Amino acid sequence: MKILVMVKQVPDTEEERRLDLATGCLDRDGSERVADEINERALEVALRYKDGDKKGTEVVALAMGPADAAQALRKALSMGADSAVHVLDDALEGVDIVRTAEVLAAAAKRTGFDLVVAGNESTDGRGGVVPAMVAEHLGLPLLPSLNSVEIDEASVAGEAGVENGSLTVRASLPAVVSVTERAAEARFPSFKGIMTAKRKPLTSLSLSDLGLDAAASASVVLSISERPARTAGRKIHDDGNAGNELAEFLAAGRLI
Amino acid sequence: MANVLALIEISAEGGIANSAPAVIAAAAKLGTPVAVLAARPGEGTRFVARLGEFGAQQVFLVESDRAGAVLAAAQTAALESAARELSPSAVVAANSVESREAAARFAVRCGAGLLADAVDVMVTADGTPATSHSVFGGAYNVQATVPGRLSVITLRQGALEDRAPAATPEVTTVSLDVEAGNAAVIEQVHPTAADSSRPPLRGAAAVVSGGRGLGSKENFVLVEQLADALGAAVGASRAAVDAGYVPQSYQVGQTGVAVSPQLYVALGISGAIQHRAGMQTSKTIVAINKDEDAPIFDVADFGIVGDVFTVVPQLIEALGDRAKNAGALSAQAN
Repeated sequence: MKILVMVKQVPDTEEERRLDLATGCLDRDGSERVADEINERALEVALRYKDGDKKGTEVVALAMGPADAAQALRKALSMGADSAVHVLDDALEGVDIVRTAEVLAAAAKRTGFDLVVAGNESTDGRGGVVPAMVAEHLGLPLLPSLNSVEIDEASVAGEAGVENGSLTVRASLPAVVSVTERAAEARFPSFKGIMTAKRKPLTSLSLSDLGLDAAASASVVLSISERPARTAGRKIHDDGNAGNELAEFLAAGRLI
Repeated sequence: MANVLALIEISAEGGIANSAPAVIAAAAKLGTPVAVLAARPGEGTRFVARLGEFGAQQVFLVESDRAGAVLAAAQTAALESAARELSPSAVVAANSVESREAAARFAVRCGAGLLADAVDVMVTADGTPATSHSVFGGAYNVQATVPGRLSVITLRQGALEDRAPAATPEVTTVSLDVEAGNAAVIEQVHPTAADSSRPPLRGAAAVVSGGRGLGSKENFVLVEQLADALGAAVGASRAAVDAGYVPQSYQVGQTGVAVSPQLYVALGISGAIQHRAGMQTSKTIVAINKDEDAPIFDVADFGIVGDVFTVVPQLIEALGDRAKNAGALSAQAN
């Protein structure tokens, strides 16, 4: 079984994240960039299957992004992925989700896989549409936003949370799944993992390697504005009457 | 005005999903709203009147026995069929698990542009549909458009408050053979037992959230009591979820639900940046915390440094007294 795990490098949510107001792109100097936590959980889903089938399963991490996205791939290798593929091309700077999905699907096709595992949505974009677009490009089923995943040799199944309930869904392999943060708790890289990660293969692919041209994104950012930071209002220390004062505050603001 | 397709989702309970009024309202802001619905033969007609109440001028009903049997395939085919018939200028779908899959697949299939997780929609001066996005927990507002292509828009659930005026829809019924070879099969549907009388977190007008400061699962009931006194939804910080006080579906923040209610009350929540990213666009924020340096106070309109176990019961009592007095006053007036 060959499992391909999608990895995205995102700004660390522990810090202030900034957009460049001129370009609408991420201000890369603004904050530390890390592998998205949801991708580590996706990787964990793949690694758990590999734990039960060490000889027969290969896990490959796939990322698209600028040169420093290789750090996120190295992290995946240190956690236990066998190899990594990095789609790296200057023409991809700032491309939209439609273009991103097209490129990722082409890279997945070229790398080969039985199963693609992605996070349900990234912490920076939060659109949650890339896995479905990749599945569509590949002509494959998607099991979206799985809270639990079961993989066997021929199929993948899981539980997807939907409005007012959940669905048990299944698809034959090959297939694409996306997982939520409930799917798995990611492991930490071991010392041995960190040491061996340096020797594992990390392949870079350009657009021409994928047989794609440098088309521009179709979507355009019209405007971008920064919301003024919230300022603190009234702050009181409870002297035994704070509950009543709060009730008055809520009543005055017609909030009750 | 150009037609705008509004993809209607059927919930696990078999009714129209809660997202429908906002999806139709967004379509109405961009053109003539056409509700697109995929249902098993004979099962869609019963929804038409309700979709009219939500403002649909037309209902495009696609009948397929694949609806509800496979994931998103019938909905995607319904959008394709409606787009061929009605030449829409845009397609709006909820940014929910099922609807966004259909929207994404449809966008790839017809080479459309995709604007995901919009919080509002508008038409630019030259008539192109555009969207507004709340980025990084509301720190930025970004407007985007896809010139020269059909725009497919997914709408963040609970974000758009607009509602379209009711209409009496024309109905077009189309029977489709849906190619579902590459779709996930729905093996079982598990509707959740209709949860209490509390409003759902997404889209609630008021939210009361609890954090690690509650100390235990048993104590978390205090959050629920205040929520019920305010008619609010119940939320939680990630710390409270990780500590096992409440299920993950309660989580407000970067990796949980992003909310933007009229009133947000944070009880025993320190206010880590990941939590603030999910609630800092609330209209009014109230925080109660023992630690006077808790970062939640930086964004609170009214902050109380104190013990939630003394302040909240007093607040609930005061709210009860006010309700009683209001009741007595209106009884006098009668």
